[in-house]
Amino acid sequence: MRDILQQLEEKRRQARLGGGAARIEGQHKKGKLSARERLELLFDPHSFEEWDMFVEHRCTDFDMAAQSTPGDGVVTGHGTINGRRAFAFSQDFTVFGGSLSESHAEKICKIMDMALQVGAPVIGLNDSGGARIQEGVASLAGYAQVFQRNVLASGVVPQISVIMGPCAGGAVYSPAMTDFIFMVKDSSYMFVTGPDVVKTVTQEVVTHEELGGAVTHTTKSSVADLAFENDVEALDQVRRFFDFLPLSNRESQTVRETFDRPDRIEPALDTLVPPQANKPYDMHELIGKVVDEGDFFELQPNFAKNIVIGFGRLDGATVGIVANQPMVLAGCLDIDSARKAARFVRFCDCFNIPILTFVDVPGFLPGTAQEYGGIIKHGAKLLYAYAEATVPKVTVITRKAYGGAYDVMSSKHLRGDVNYAWPTAEIAVMGPQGAVEIIFRSDLGDKEKIAARVEEYREKFANPFVAARRGFIDEVIMPHSTRLRLCRAFAMLRSKRLENPWKKHDNIPL
Amino acid sequence: MFRKILIANRGEIACRVIKTCRRLGIETVAVYSEADQGAPHTKLADQAIAIGPSESKESYLSVARIIAAAKESGAEAVHPGYGFLSENAEFAAALAKAGIIFIGPPPAAVAAMGDKIESKKIAREAGVNVIPGFLGIIDGPDAAAKVAAEIGYPVMLKATAGGGGKGMRMARNAAELREGYASAGNEAQASFGDSRMFVEKFIVKPRHIEIQILGDQHGNIVYLGERECSIQRRHQKVIEEAPSAFIDAETRKAMGEQAVRLARRVGYFSAGTVEFVVGEKRDFYFLEMNTRLQVEHPVTELVTGIDLVEQMIRVAAKEKLPFSQSDIKLDGWALEGRLYAEDPMRGFLPSIGRLSRFRLPAEGRHVRVDTGVVEGSEISRFYDPMIAKLCAWGENRPSAIHHMQDALDRTDIAGIAHNATFLAAVFKHPRFADGALTTSFLAEEFPDGFHGAPLAPEERRALLAAAVFAHLKSLRRDVTVGRQAGSAWPFGKEWVVGDAGEEIAAEVIEEPADGLLAIRLGGEAVTVESTWHPGERLFHGSVGEQEIAALIARNDAAWRLTARGAEREVTVRLPRAAELARLMPEKKAPDLSRFLLCPMPGLVVSIAVKAGDLVKAGQPLAVVEAMKMENVLRAERDGEVGEIRVKPGDTLAVDQVILEFA
Repeated sequence: MRDILQQLEEKRRQARLGGGAARIEGQHKKGKLSARERLELLFDPHSFEEWDMFVEHRCTDFDMAAQSTPGDGVVTGHGTINGRRAFAFSQDFTVFGGSLSESHAEKICKIMDMALQVGAPVIGLNDSGGARIQEGVASLAGYAQVFQRNVLASGVVPQISVIMGPCAGGAVYSPAMTDFIFMVKDSSYMFVTGPDVVKTVTQEVVTHEELGGAVTHTTKSSVADLAFENDVEALDQVRRFFDFLPLSNRESQTVRETFDRPDRIEPALDTLVPPQANKPYDMHELIGKVVDEGDFFELQPNFAKNIVIGFGRLDGATVGIVANQPMVLAGCLDIDSARKAARFVRFCDCFNIPILTFVDVPGFLPGTAQEYGGIIKHGAKLLYAYAEATVPKVTVITRKAYGGAYDVMSSKHLRGDVNYAWPTAEIAVMGPQGAVEIIFRSDLGDKEKIAARVEEYREKFANPFVAARRGFIDEVIMPHSTRLRLCRAFAMLRSKRLENPWKKHDNIPL
Repeated sequence: MFRKILIANRGEIACRVIKTCRRLGIETVAVYSEADQGAPHTKLADQAIAIGPSESKESYLSVARIIAAAKESGAEAVHPGYGFLSENAEFAAALAKAGIIFIGPPPAAVAAMGDKIESKKIAREAGVNVIPGFLGIIDGPDAAAKVAAEIGYPVMLKATAGGGGKGMRMARNAAELREGYASAGNEAQASFGDSRMFVEKFIVKPRHIEIQILGDQHGNIVYLGERECSIQRRHQKVIEEAPSAFIDAETRKAMGEQAVRLARRVGYFSAGTVEFVVGEKRDFYFLEMNTRLQVEHPVTELVTGIDLVEQMIRVAAKEKLPFSQSDIKLDGWALEGRLYAEDPMRGFLPSIGRLSRFRLPAEGRHVRVDTGVVEGSEISRFYDPMIAKLCAWGENRPSAIHHMQDALDRTDIAGIAHNATFLAAVFKHPRFADGALTTSFLAEEFPDGFHGAPLAPEERRALLAAAVFAHLKSLRRDVTVGRQAGSAWPFGKEWVVGDAGEEIAAEVIEEPADGLLAIRLGGEAVTVESTWHPGERLFHGSVGEQEIAALIARNDAAWRLTARGAEREVTVRLPRAAELARLMPEKKAPDLSRFLLCPMPGLVVSIAVKAGDLVKAGQPLAVVEAMKMENVLRAERDGEVGEIRVKPGDTLAVDQVILEFA
């Protein structure tokens, strides 16, 4: 027995050391923390329970039998974040470069299976050179097993990937199928093929950072949702982010105590929309003044900035927020913004997170680039996502709601539950100028006549009343009371029940 | 007494005049330009009339439009506030013609004092001390150089029609004189439509001290003590106080009597200010007379208890002054700090935009707030960048400073850059406390601009303790997610506070009740008491014996605290997290020194160089106009000019690249 205890202690010591002190030092020199250090920061102190510390690989080729480390390059287990359960795996770059072996994959699969059963999120801390080449196809099979579980877990428990080192080749597809990807600047990258292969095949010369760094993926490709300065900041923010999420699709709402009064009035919102129709304003101010304590967790802030997405809370309960941003491209919808918002709306719907939509949209962005790029199908994604969502949906039209884009943005017709309009709202097929130029085409030569018609159109349609008369708007609200109205609406909708017809699954225009 | 008064002004002064009118039961009429539609002064007044486009030339400076508004509203009198038409003879004449009373001095007195050269001659005749100088208009830069050589450098160049620091330049040598002549001339032309200049001797170590006078139409004139306005930046007043720490009763009397003599000489009535420059030995010289209400009049009101606007109105209605010189008593000490929309951290460049947050301290016995904006107001490029005047009153100077500091700590403005931290830094400066002021105080004490005030050890300790309190209070709340309150506490008692590269150990001793926290901070036991809760922007409470008010906000990684002129990012971490955070690499900001960036939104007036030019550090590269001020952008080091990306007339955003260095 004593012998066993000694062995246990020795194995634990070995496992904790991973690839050894020198390699941990190397990791630190690169500005990265070790796999276990990262878990210490992710979870509440002393809450992490490690599983499969003694798992070792089974490969015997290429002298591999001689080199084995307990744990096999990944640390797995569960712990708590501000008291709530989560499962995590953290790849250990100091052991075989964090490469994925058959047993490494099995460890990940084991916690994913358990997470699914108990209904707790999975957080992956990725830092891996890729497949364990020595193992060949066994390693590939390992990847596929993880992929399969990512898909089965999708929509059941939230899955978050934090890329904290290399993530290349087939390995990228596991994070790709999770709900959110966060990256660390300068020390992480993701790509299907690296700079060397790129150069051989296409003659392009590109650095790791340019090809697949955190900045690239949060500004150009939109693969990642957020980029952080370093490991510490990234894990700190994952904790903050985690607090917005439900643990699984079995939870009806996520509530945290708040000190912010639901009836807080914000007089300055009455002047947020400028009197001049063409002058932009910052939708962030509205969001910041409406949500609890001004705490808004924005996702993809540097991609498709014409739409803003993220999480906030109203009277303590998490809501997903989608808002057109008049500061960028006048807030119009285009391929990128539709894709960005659609995926977010679907995440919220999966996990019973109510959706709050702020609308100021002049329409879809015109042009060949958009049409050739397939705006028809991409725009349809957002329309589809809103239409299928059964969670509480509350919409506030602050200014423009023109054309098809009006329909898309959680309109009453797509089962919007409560649709408010500010007095500045204009719900119409298009702006007055454009409309008049079509309706009165014959008068186009006569500037005065056209001007008079524009004025007439403006009088008639540039207000919330035309839509309100038909019940497309439930209530015209004063901007300063927006928070109060929203808190009241979501409180009313707390017991909402709505189900879509049974289907195997839907067929969103991908 | 008048039944209805029109206020021919905007912003804080319009609001301030309206408030007195309301107290006196007089109806008020506001006027507004396009940019000021819905502004507070229009809402505060009983009636508001639109007077044209945003450009002040076409609205607030339009005599015809304001007269029309006065007639339309049936106002019997017009209060001009300061600036705009307050000292405009044509306006006074037009009002007289329309049978409307001008609430201010008689036109003859305005005319006599309006010309800076003429006014000095009159002052000399009235037996008022004047500065040695050349009393004549300068015809071109060559003539200026010649005159300057005769008087001897340093000299001061001033636009005849100038004021408020515009159209003024100090020159230490002929080169500066020529450069200053051109830019001051342009500025004066743009601001006043008059580019005439004169030159006078520049007095070294000067203080700016002015006497407030008040006269009625029955020949009674009194002086209401002095105001010291030595704290100036580029001749723009920033901080004023009454009385002056430098002036004794004897000097006060001498200055006051000279000021009254001058006023009497020109048949003055209403409120007016005689500005003096005061030398090291309390020798004083007449500078100019401002024939209007001054921006800084509240400090006089606070120490005399006299409402100057009320007296101006009564005097205009031919009432007699209800007091004589012997009734005037100075009580306590008053300070004023001008809150400007400018960025003290970036060379005080003007800042425009929407006030997404605007919360000023509550008014009371010790605090007075004069402002013309509210949260949500737009600070436009059309008008003066002053957004508010913060005044504090105390029994004595240290007490007034104390109340001012507290008021500044409670000032919460966002959406634009502002100078609240800079004001706080000046008020807590030891030299300010000593009252050792001169008009070059700011230039001497902040030679490299402003980078945040240093914190005294007890101030810092209070801020760090507040950060720990806020952090723990937030965590206590965070652990309620998904559950009822009172969940298990996973974090223990040990913390590490990080501030300015230093780490300080913090240990919780006890939390005896909600809002009460005893910690050991750097080995020292302190108790924090506060009702603060997550989401509040103002932390107020006590740390040990010390009262504290600070702005607090959660950034991504740290708590940002602002108080006593300092802005600090403070981290509160578990010991293990602090240890791991130490391993994180320092990241350098990208090198932008290769570019000349536009420091504020503005209009390119001129580009002084072309591609390929070799430039020396300090050489002007471009001129950008913002807020009606021309800002010369200079080379920070020697180099060769590369590509120029903009041209005159372009409108630029902040940080837009103007040119690249090769």
